[in-house]
Amino acid sequence: MTTHAAAPGLGTYADVVRDNAALRQFLHGLPGVDQVGAEGRAAALATRSIKKDAKIWALETAIRMVDLTTLEGADTHGKVRNLAAKARRPDPADPGCPAVAAVCVYPDLVSTAVEALAGSGVGVAAVATAFPSGRASRSVKLADVAEAVAAGATEIDMVIDRGAFLSGRYLDVYDEIAAVRQVTGRAHLKVILETGELATLDNTRRASWLALLAGGDFIKTSTGKVSPAATPPVALVMLEAVRDYADATGEPRGVKLAGGIRTSKEAVRYLVLVNEVAGERWLTPELFRFGASSLLNDLLMQRAKERTGVYTGPDYVTVD
Amino acid sequence: MWEYAPAPEARETARLRSSYGMFIDGEFSESSAESLKTVNPATEEVLAEVAVAAPADVDRAVAAARTAYERTWGPMPGAERAKYLFRIARLVQERSRELAVLESLDNGKPIRESRDVDVPLAAAHFFYHAGWADKLAYAVPGRPDPTPLGVAGQVIPWNFPLLMAAWKLAPALAAGNTCVLKPAETTPLTALVLAEICQQADLPPGVVNVLPGAGETGAAVVGHPGVDKVAFTGSTEVGRQIQRTLAGTGRRLTLELGGKAANVVLEDAPMDQAVEGIVNGIFFNQGHVCCAGSRLLVQESVYDDLLGRLKRRLATLRLGDPLDKNTDIGAINSAGQLARIRELSASGDAEGAQRWSPPCPLPDRGFWFPPTLFTGVSQAHRIAREEIFGPVLSVLTFRTPAEAVEKANNTPYGLSAGVWTEKGSRVLWLAQRLRAGVVWANTFNRFDPAAPFGGYKESGFGREGGRHGLEAYLDA
Repeated sequence: MTTHAAAPGLGTYADVVRDNAALRQFLHGLPGVDQVGAEGRAAALATRSIKKDAKIWALETAIRMVDLTTLEGADTHGKVRNLAAKARRPDPADPGCPAVAAVCVYPDLVSTAVEALAGSGVGVAAVATAFPSGRASRSVKLADVAEAVAAGATEIDMVIDRGAFLSGRYLDVYDEIAAVRQVTGRAHLKVILETGELATLDNTRRASWLALLAGGDFIKTSTGKVSPAATPPVALVMLEAVRDYADATGEPRGVKLAGGIRTSKEAVRYLVLVNEVAGERWLTPELFRFGASSLLNDLLMQRAKERTGVYTGPDYVTVD
Repeated sequence: MWEYAPAPEARETARLRSSYGMFIDGEFSESSAESLKTVNPATEEVLAEVAVAAPADVDRAVAAARTAYERTWGPMPGAERAKYLFRIARLVQERSRELAVLESLDNGKPIRESRDVDVPLAAAHFFYHAGWADKLAYAVPGRPDPTPLGVAGQVIPWNFPLLMAAWKLAPALAAGNTCVLKPAETTPLTALVLAEICQQADLPPGVVNVLPGAGETGAAVVGHPGVDKVAFTGSTEVGRQIQRTLAGTGRRLTLELGGKAANVVLEDAPMDQAVEGIVNGIFFNQGHVCCAGSRLLVQESVYDDLLGRLKRRLATLRLGDPLDKNTDIGAINSAGQLARIRELSASGDAEGAQRWSPPCPLPDRGFWFPPTLFTGVSQAHRIAREEIFGPVLSVLTFRTPAEAVEKANNTPYGLSAGVWTEKGSRVLWLAQRLRAGVVWANTFNRFDPAAPFGGYKESGFGREGGRHGLEAYLDA
């Protein structure tokens, strides 16, 4: 039984999703990743020294790339409304401060976020497909997505079935992503690989390609619920994947890093990775995002420091 | 467009002085003859005047080293010698920023490399060998009571001025020898600061002597009858002269000379890391590396893909001010070296290879050469046979692993080689057959004080680093 359909624009790759054997052959035929070398390259790029104008530009760009996130069991409508206010105007003291890219919430809170962000241009992302484990039936996952979209989500962050991936059922993973793609409509689809559970960089590369082939607009590192989450070597490999995919198909797709990125210093280092691995073209919120919560305030403090020359401190930025 | 703002390391950190003396018998002294001017290759400005050691100074230094060998350093227990070496290692670390900035000023290499590679590795060599000083009985299998050789005359090149000084001094001192070291004419400064560090560490006078100068000074050091052991790193041509000088004298000699290393990329290589390894292999230190991977051998089935990736990567290299922390490619060390690189590159054009460089504006002053690769290179071309010692990569292709071995070995040199494949058995198959002193698998230009380094054929003989390197300074 073949339930899958080749994603539009698959072109030369249409044949590799013919069956699981073909898909496996393709994914395992991708060049390997030497872990020591990848870590070395990421570490070398981390020594770039970003100062003055280059730093201000990086901080403002990073603010515009933030998916301001709250994913807790204790989330409430009030918490989401506060977050939305913060997303619109991250620095109330400075109207020149850009808004963030999106607010990221659980599906049941989408409508609250949509309402609070109306007219702001800030997107609403929903984590769906039985986030974070993804351990539910296909129909439940699709219903989860459909409800979020119906509630007005402009972006869907889905999780892949890591169990299926690790047991070699690549086509099942592909089919599921493609099925979600059918339901998202005009909403952007971000595919969470949960690289911390995939364990190897080879798997990160294969899962990245799998998600891109299945039609993901973005590939995303992690749910934020598993450690390790986003790391520089993982980001490096995913950026190489979107770069190579764009080379092969002409279509640029995005990368989202999530989990554990808390400081401006880390964010700027990741932007250096984006710049020097994927290329300058990816330095835009359309193609690169940070899923984060506490990162935003550090970006705001560093931005204020660069502009005014003085550190303010945590009491001078709003908690949400 | 995201332009990185300039991020220069402060020049004052180098504590540059207008003149430097030579270091003999524990003291700095002026030249009895002349002096030389050392130049910043990135700007052509004169950095300092440096005393040149005349033959009389060499006599004095060798005599001081002999006395120190017989009276203090030779008889000293290994555990005591170790304390001095540990102290030097720590002082190199303490003064690491100063040494890194000075090295970049004098040599032209990017601060990123002097800061992250040269200086830490120099300290690591002193630490490693300090640990051996009281364990020499275990250094050479079957020889429980090795003795030092005496006075070592050591001549080092300009490509890693401080690091090469550390490579030479640390094992010699650990083994109980005393040293007369001649740094290169164009890069004497960090070796002289290292001499100052020896002073600071209270190293007994005469144990280390540093004699700046050009070829004549070097010839006087290696040809001095009071020297028991000669160690030279530099060109094959000078190595030959030294070997002629020492023939029949019974003095010990180790030579670390040129190279024309093959970096072999097989079709199942980790491609992105291979690209990094190729870049690191030939553009690290502007290609002024004896073990540089200057010949890229690519399996034909992945040639187009790899070349595309490589060119894209070269376009991201940042050439310019060596003191800028974001600089990847610094200045060529001297006008003479630049002329040689230009001449050999021109021969590549003339012999029919295709030259390619990324768009790369060069500064108006100073000595610069853009990162360059030549495709369509055959084994017959000069750029495939002669050591360029610059940022110039010759790209050749092969069809089978056996052909790769044949081409890789088809050179008078034999210093290093690289193999890129995800298949472990293939790494071993190739490493067994590549005639090179060092074979790197899925990496390149990786150094460690515990790993012996050295070549064969026209790349020299003897090893530096590890137990094998220690053996070169022991009578065992």
